[in-house]
Amino acid sequence: MQTVKMVITGPFSAGKTEFIQSVSEIDVVTTERKISSDAERVKNETTVAMDFGRITVDDDLVLYLFGTPGQRRFDFMWEILSEGMLGFIVLVDSVRPETFREAKHILEVFRGYATTTPYVVAANKQDLPDAWTPEDIRIALKIEKEIKVLACVATDKETVKTVLLELLYSILENMQTDE
Amino acid sequence: MALKGNLRDFSTTQLLNLVNLARKTGKLSVNSPTIGASLYFKEGRLVHASTNTEDGNLTVMLIKTGKLTKEQAVAISKKSGSTSDNVIGKYLMDAKLVSREDIVQGVKDYMLEIVYDLFTWHDGDFFFDQDSESPSGRITMPLNLDNVILEGSRRIQELDKLQDELPDLSTIALKITDKPLRGVKLTQDDWRVISHIHPRNSIKQIAQNNNMDEFQIRKIVYGMMQAGLVEIIRPEGLEPKKKKPVTRAARKAASQSPAEKRSVVTKLIDRIKRI
Repeated sequence: MQTVKMVITGPFSAGKTEFIQSVSEIDVVTTERKISSDAERVKNETTVAMDFGRITVDDDLVLYLFGTPGQRRFDFMWEILSEGMLGFIVLVDSVRPETFREAKHILEVFRGYATTTPYVVAANKQDLPDAWTPEDIRIALKIEKEIKVLACVATDKETVKTVLLELLYSILENMQTDE
Repeated sequence: MALKGNLRDFSTTQLLNLVNLARKTGKLSVNSPTIGASLYFKEGRLVHASTNTEDGNLTVMLIKTGKLTKEQAVAISKKSGSTSDNVIGKYLMDAKLVSREDIVQGVKDYMLEIVYDLFTWHDGDFFFDQDSESPSGRITMPLNLDNVILEGSRRIQELDKLQDELPDLSTIALKITDKPLRGVKLTQDDWRVISHIHPRNSIKQIAQNNNMDEFQIRKIVYGMMQAGLVEIIRPEGLEPKKKKPVTRAARKAASQSPAEKRSVVTKLIDRIKRI
């Protein structure tokens, strides 16, 4: 049995858990705890170790989706989760520009862990009226034009599928370039 | 879609850079607890600026920039019987109170004063209205944002912010972008930095070569980055930290042939399409 993994990362409350929940065939194994800090009380619970989802391809192949904890005090988990990943997705909260700097930091850290690993940026919460467009987010985060910045609604399975597929297409292209 | 937020999280420099790169047209309103400012853009160029304490008409601009007295402004407004900047401007020139160049310079200085002041704001809600055009009857003057950003960035004096943008100067180098330098006003120090840009030179080395301290080099590099003149790269010879795959899955993946790897990805694509 071969297992491959993708990592879903991004700032606190960007929608990583919902993203995995939308496509996972099992209930997401999540390690959430009640929020203790008032400053971070934009939701009731947060991921402290990781989220874990699964998509079975066939008897020989399984894809695991790992969601990283969003708060920086749990960043020791990031490097562990990034080991051996096929690709990663940086989820950005499109309605909270105050988290863009953190998103950029996370992106750079993950690029540092795996310099040649393909990734895409998903501009989440595009269904909300105050959402920044993917192209504006590209400029705000200084994302190179070669990297895909995709519109996403983490609770909508179809957009989540699109993001995963686009990442896989990037991985394929990367493999062809390497050969 | 909306473009709104607070300067605490997304600075004036970043906002103008976004407007510039996306060639946006519309009105940017920024409101701090004490003052508000409105900047109007057309295809990424600043064309008009005003604050909520001043109307931003031509006479106000010329008084503020010392090209007209209040008495002269009142007299000419009465005589022209119009509030249109174009009409008033013509009267002013006919009366030889100001020249065409005075008007151009006055409008430009007024707009720049507002926008440069915005660079010093650290708090204020902003909203970009894509449908809004510059107010009718007001003189507009297209100003290239590259130079505005460059100069505005020079005025940012916060070392903390600069350190945040450029954390470790010894591990990053610079690359000159494809953007043409023609028409961009660079200082002598900017040119000194540019002349030392090389993939092998870290920013720290460029600073040492020019006898600049870290604050100086950060300010210069940050300004040029925001204006899109340079971008950050990893210096040649500084290899990224390579990690050996340690997980079982990683070991297996590493041992696969390219065709096998492609087959795995293709299977994943087919499976996800079927979800």
